[in-house]
Amino acid sequence: MWRACQSERHLGQYYTLPTSHLHTIFPHGLPARYQQQVKTFNEGCVMVRQPALELISYLKAADYSKPAVRYLLYGLKGSGKTMSLCHTIHYCSTQGWLVLHIPDAHLWVKNCKELLPSSYHTSRFDQPIEASNWLRNFRTTNERFLSKIKLRQRYTWTKRESTEKGSPLGELVDMGVSRVKSSSDVVGAVLKELRLQAAETEESEGFRLAVAIDGVNSLWGRTTIKKEDKSPVAPEELTLIHNLRKMIDNNWCGGAVIATLSQTGSLYSPSSAYLPKELLGEEGFDSMDPFIPVPVSNYSEKEFESCYLYYLDRHWLQHPHSENEGKKEIIFLSNRNPSVLERLCAFL
Amino acid sequence: MAASTGRTVGSILLKCGTRCGSLNKTSYNFTRQVLSRQLCVSSALHRKNLAAAGPEKFSEEFIKKQVEEYNIGKRHLANIMGEDPETFTQQDIDRSIAYLFPSGLFDKRARPLMKHPDEIFPKQQAVQWGADGRPFHFLFYTGKQSYYSLMHDTVAKVLAAEKQQVLLLSEGPVPQDTKPISLVGSRWLLKEELEELLVETISDHDYARFIQLMERLLSLPNCLSEKDFVQRYRKQLEIQSSKQQVAPLQYDENGVAYSTADGRRKTATCTVLLRDCGSGSISINGRDYLHYFPVLQDREQLMFPFHFLDMLGRFDGQCTVGGGGRSSQAGALRLAISRAMLSFLSEGQVESMRQAGLLTPDPRVKERKKPGQEGARRKFTWKKR
Repeated sequence: MWRACQSERHLGQYYTLPTSHLHTIFPHGLPARYQQQVKTFNEGCVMVRQPALELISYLKAADYSKPAVRYLLYGLKGSGKTMSLCHTIHYCSTQGWLVLHIPDAHLWVKNCKELLPSSYHTSRFDQPIEASNWLRNFRTTNERFLSKIKLRQRYTWTKRESTEKGSPLGELVDMGVSRVKSSSDVVGAVLKELRLQAAETEESEGFRLAVAIDGVNSLWGRTTIKKEDKSPVAPEELTLIHNLRKMIDNNWCGGAVIATLSQTGSLYSPSSAYLPKELLGEEGFDSMDPFIPVPVSNYSEKEFESCYLYYLDRHWLQHPHSENEGKKEIIFLSNRNPSVLERLCAFL
Repeated sequence: MAASTGRTVGSILLKCGTRCGSLNKTSYNFTRQVLSRQLCVSSALHRKNLAAAGPEKFSEEFIKKQVEEYNIGKRHLANIMGEDPETFTQQDIDRSIAYLFPSGLFDKRARPLMKHPDEIFPKQQAVQWGADGRPFHFLFYTGKQSYYSLMHDTVAKVLAAEKQQVLLLSEGPVPQDTKPISLVGSRWLLKEELEELLVETISDHDYARFIQLMERLLSLPNCLSEKDFVQRYRKQLEIQSSKQQVAPLQYDENGVAYSTADGRRKTATCTVLLRDCGSGSISINGRDYLHYFPVLQDREQLMFPFHFLDMLGRFDGQCTVGGGGRSSQAGALRLAISRAMLSFLSEGQVESMRQAGLLTPDPRVKERKKPGQEGARRKFTWKKR
């Protein structure tokens, strides 16, 4: 298990994620197909790839007394952005950081079943179901921090309920999970607290905060949610999105923001768009600017070989021609795109 | 007119417009003697135009006159075009007629033509009996005299060959090193062709018996002497692959070999530029082929020519494609890639590609919708009342 000692020598090789980590760190983070693969192979193996290594090296070298640096993973569809993000998150959590992982921000801007007007701010809307789901997963991921972090401020939810200053974060999160109606505001409160407290240095019981957002371009796009009078809801009017945007602003220290662009779930964007400018839009680009772009491309020759050998090793490729002749065909048909390769090999 | 489906120009040239080239007038010139004779008409007429009012009757003199007219007309035409009448071939005639009488008609058979009367007027059997009413041929009363006489001759040859074989065997068991007649590159005449040759109708059964008999003749060891006889009833097949035009390889400034080709399938057209680089990347309309064809089936179509010749990672492709749908664009690209690869290949590989069907353009297009039907084939719902 090579947790923190991954370097360029290990490019293209697979390392196994321990099963316990899979359940705690990634209750909701992994791509669906990868989860199926984990279930089939009974283990989760991740390939060490160039973009993830680059990100990890930046994280190692960054100065955490300065405002948070923003990293953006972008690339063609199916080239491995989410997997690189998960790899980085795993690294962060093994280093003891607090990971704030939003698996797919697109889920928050579309197909919302319940939309409540926010109690905190009249013009905004709440999404209780999504918020409570996320809080539950957040609790699973960061168990050990929940009791350590104390609230700095008093939060009043209703006339009778309030959370006192100094109480642990876990209590707040539990309250958000149980009181579904105010869960979006709880999310906002959690984010604010973490932002304020991450600024402290390690000596005074601070922690590093990693904000990982998949599909960040949804924050500035359009939504498919409609108000009761059938007019569309802008992303700013959603509490969750509003709070997330505050997180992305680099006015806090002691952590990093890692984001991926995703065309697959995004609304109203052409399928050939994959560059940051196209997917983020003007507004998004300005808010994310300055950021460090990290391109993710299809497998290189070596990476492809490694993936192929992994499938062969797991006896995933059953066809007798898989050894030699089929390889060239597969290279051609998938053009070394990881997701296409995986789908192709699924029925071989 | 049933026989000449094209307007014969020869007569027009001769008469210079004073007389129309119709053949109805000539039929009135028949003598009473000719009219009283029954002419056996060839089956070709029956087949070609069933709607015509009865078979045509052309006498021998008429045909001869037509031949003379044709020859004189040919010389006139050569003079008109300013060429040498002695060396005026049929090709020159066709070219000149197309020049003098330009026609925009789509059906080639409807355009003006001038050909030898043998090609225009179907072959007819000459009168089969003499002045006393007695038929010339001894097999006339069978009804199909040419067919039965052919069978008679063939059987005679078979018997002769068998007799010779018996003789040879009786002389001593000499090892026969007579080679059989080579049948490669030729096929038996079809039933229609045989009918044309014999100028009379035969049935399927008769044709089958004929082929059976010829096979029997060929199976006998010493049939080399009948080679000419057999070859008369076989048709030579042309070698298909010699028709393929292979463009020569071109080299660009870095010395890399490249070639271009076009392809078409069902309103999708495309052009392909194949380079012998070494990477297997193909770009279509500026985009990667993985993004242009998200469906596996289309990518498999693209892969087929490369995979067939084991040259998967060798070429670099730059394609532009337009029109049609997803599948027809993939088909057009496949054809264009196969054609472009021809210049990199040897003869044997070209032949194998042709046999695999990679070089054949797919002729299927959308069938026209007919009036009275909902689609090309689908009829409206039939209501009983």
